[in-house]
Formats: sequence, structure tokens, C-alpha cells
Amino acid sequence: MEHLELFFKAIFIDNMVFATFLGMCSYLAVSKKVSTAVGLGAAVIFVMAITVPLNWLLDMYILKDGALAWLGPEYAEYDLSFLSFIMFIATIATMVQLVEIIIEKFSPALYNSLGIFLPLIAVNCAILGGSLFMQSREIQTLGLAFNYGISSGIGWFLAILAIAAIREKIRYSNVPAPLRGLGITFIITGLMAIGFMSFGGMLTGGEEEKPAEKTVQVEVKKEATDLANNEKEIKE
Amino acid sequence: MGLLSKKDAKLISDPLADNNPITIQVLGICSALAITAELKASIVMSIAVLFVLGAGNVVISLMRNIIPSKIRIIVQLIVVATLVIIVDLVLKAFAYELSKTLSVFVGLIITNCIIMGRFEAFALANGPWKSFLDGIGNSLGYALILIIVGFFRELLGSGSLLGYKVLGDPIEKTGVYAFGYENNGFMLLAPMALITVGIIIWVQRSRNEALIEDN
Repeated sequence: MEHLELFFKAIFIDNMVFATFLGMCSYLAVSKKVSTAVGLGAAVIFVMAITVPLNWLLDMYILKDGALAWLGPEYAEYDLSFLSFIMFIATIATMVQLVEIIIEKFSPALYNSLGIFLPLIAVNCAILGGSLFMQSREIQTLGLAFNYGISSGIGWFLAILAIAAIREKIRYSNVPAPLRGLGITFIITGLMAIGFMSFGGMLTGGEEEKPAEKTVQVEVKKEATDLANNEKEIKE
Repeated sequence: MGLLSKKDAKLISDPLADNNPITIQVLGICSALAITAELKASIVMSIAVLFVLGAGNVVISLMRNIIPSKIRIIVQLIVVATLVIIVDLVLKAFAYELSKTLSVFVGLIITNCIIMGRFEAFALANGPWKSFLDGIGNSLGYALILIIVGFFRELLGSGSLLGYKVLGDPIEKTGVYAFGYENNGFMLLAPMALITVGIIIWVQRSRNEALIEDN
């Protein structure tokens, strides 16, 4: 149950692109065609599924306050969490290179389809963001961390797939000249993000749990949620 | 600008308008959108990026001849990560509340594509002084968009600027609120950041037709 909840929450409610704007750069740059978008999306899921649990282990046994206790009582007081940025990014960069080498060796076909995207991933904010959110949300077990990695990857995959499909179609529409390309993509993403807000009440049954943010924000979110729900009902 | 030659001045002024990192080069979007609900957060973020990009560009440019090209991404990431840790610790020490609001986005400066993008495109091929100017110019261009977006979102969303209630008090109905004006809370939500940037792009490209894309 816990796993299922985290899974849906990471895909729909805290969607990497629409709720936290992570990985926007590659999201905008590689979403011109569906086929390339699928390749990059798959690579992101793959790398996240590896790096988030790895960084979880790193955080749990090396970086956290008191995490070094397993080395002996004299190490119990160390708090290395200020090193987490550099450790996380080093893990990610190394893993990306390692994964690239392994795939090249064992599955040339997959390497050819992912090939050019793998180096791009090291600097994709969604990957580092996944690890940092994993740390700040204090995910409890290794299994949950693995789940979180995969499901945020899937959320990102869905987002880039959707925008790539829309961009392929919008090429035939008459968009105002200054908005063509980047401008309209931004606005569409904004509209999609509003749509994704309607998932907000999915797990709480409509009762919005209030995060520590501004209450105005939550109220408006609720209104937006209700509005979107109404629209859905009308459509049905 | 007596200090700078014409070419050097161009390095700073170009990214402010026609080669803006956010609206033209499409770099560094993530943080630009996530933290612009308040003007203060956007200003602090801009300063952080200014420091990291300025210093990082100089470091990478000094090391450009000794970095093996195969591992340059890792080297660049380590340099940025070190600088970002400095920024993070300084923020935690002197502006703790603000560092809570920015949360993971300070860490995400590491993967801010604007930084890697400038390292790859400029610092690896140019000397330290030029790279420094390029870093400053690009982060100012980044700051410009962040501040514009932050300004409109805070003004229209919560009726204040930098925390001061410039439009009057919404509860006591003073200022413009006396005439029935309401805050548009929608501006504080994430999607409006995207739409605001979209509109900035629209305005910029209508003024300069050369920037229009063909697809």
C-alpha cells in the first residue's frame, strides 16, 4: 500500500516536470519528435532507478548525521551531510558513464538507441532532483527509494512523451509567428501543469493535505482542482 | 565603459537581450520557474548563480588545457558542486529562512544547464578574463528574466514587492483594494511561471523578428 501510494504520488501529484519543473532543459530541447523523446525518457527511468537507491545507501550509511556509527563509536558524531551535493553528483556522473560502457558492451542495439542521450543525462536536473528530494523527504527504506526512482522517472517520461506528441501535431497549426517553437511550448506546458494539478486530491480523497507552504497557494490549488473536476464531470 | 574594450562589453550586453540564456538559448529553465513566486527569492537565486557562474567560468578556463576531454563533464560537475556547497552554506548561515524556501533548488544550481552550457560553449575555449565577463553577462541575462517573472508574480499574486504591501492591505481594504481589486492567487502557482515566461518570449520575439523560429 505504501509502495502503491508513493508510486502514484511521484508520477501524478509530484510530477517532476509539471509540479517541480525539473529536467526542463532537456524536456524542451529533445521534445521535437516522439521517437527521440521516448529514447531519452527510457534512459531517464533507467538511470533514476539506479542512482536514487544508490544515493539512498550513500546518504544512509555515510552522509547523514551519525551515519558513520557502524565504523565504531568514535565516528558516531560526524555529520557529513554538507557533502551530499558533491557526492550525489559524483555518483550520478560515474553511474552514467558506467551504464554507458555496460550497455555498449552487452546490448549494442539498446546503446544505439540510447547512445547520444546518455551523456546528456548526467546534467539533467531531474536526476539530481530525484536524489535531493529523496533526501529531503526522508524516504525510509531501500525498496521505497527504488520505487521513488522508477516512478519519478516514469512521471518524467509521460511528460516528455505528451509534449512531444503535441509538438508534432502543432506543426500544422497556425501559431502566431513570435510564439512559434519555444513560446508556445512554454504555454502548453503551463496548461498541462494546470491539468496535472487536478490529480492533487487523488490520494487524499479530495481532502487537500496542507503542506507548509502559503495557505493561499493551497486554497487556489483546491479551487483549480475543483474546477478541473467539474469540467471532467461535464465532459462525461 | 572605459575599462572594457568594445568586444568585451559585447560579451556582457549580448546575453541581456538578443542572446538571452533563458529565452533564446533555453538554458537554466528549471530554477527560473520554480522559485520565482517571490521577488526576494529570485534576487537571491540570481546572486547565487552570478557567483557560481562567474567563479566557475574562471576556474574552468584556467584548467582548460589540462582537463582530458573524456572526463571533462565530471571535472566540471565537481567544480560547480564545490562552488554550490559554498553558496549553500553561506545561505544557511546568513539567510536561513530563505534557504528553506529555496530548498533543493540551491543544490540544483549544479545541474542548471546554464552553467554547464557556458562551460562547454565558452570557458573551455577562452581565457579567464573573457570567460569571467561571459559568466557575468549570462548570469545577468538570467537574473533579468528571473526578476521580471518574480516581479509580476509577486505583484499580481500577493500584491506586494519584496514583502512590502505596495498595493495596500487586502484585509483592511486600503489602497487599490478599496476599489474592489483582488489578488490573483493563481499567479503564485507553478503553471503561471511557465505562461509568464511564454509571454516574455512572445514580447521579445515580436520586437525582434530575426529571433522567430520556423517550426
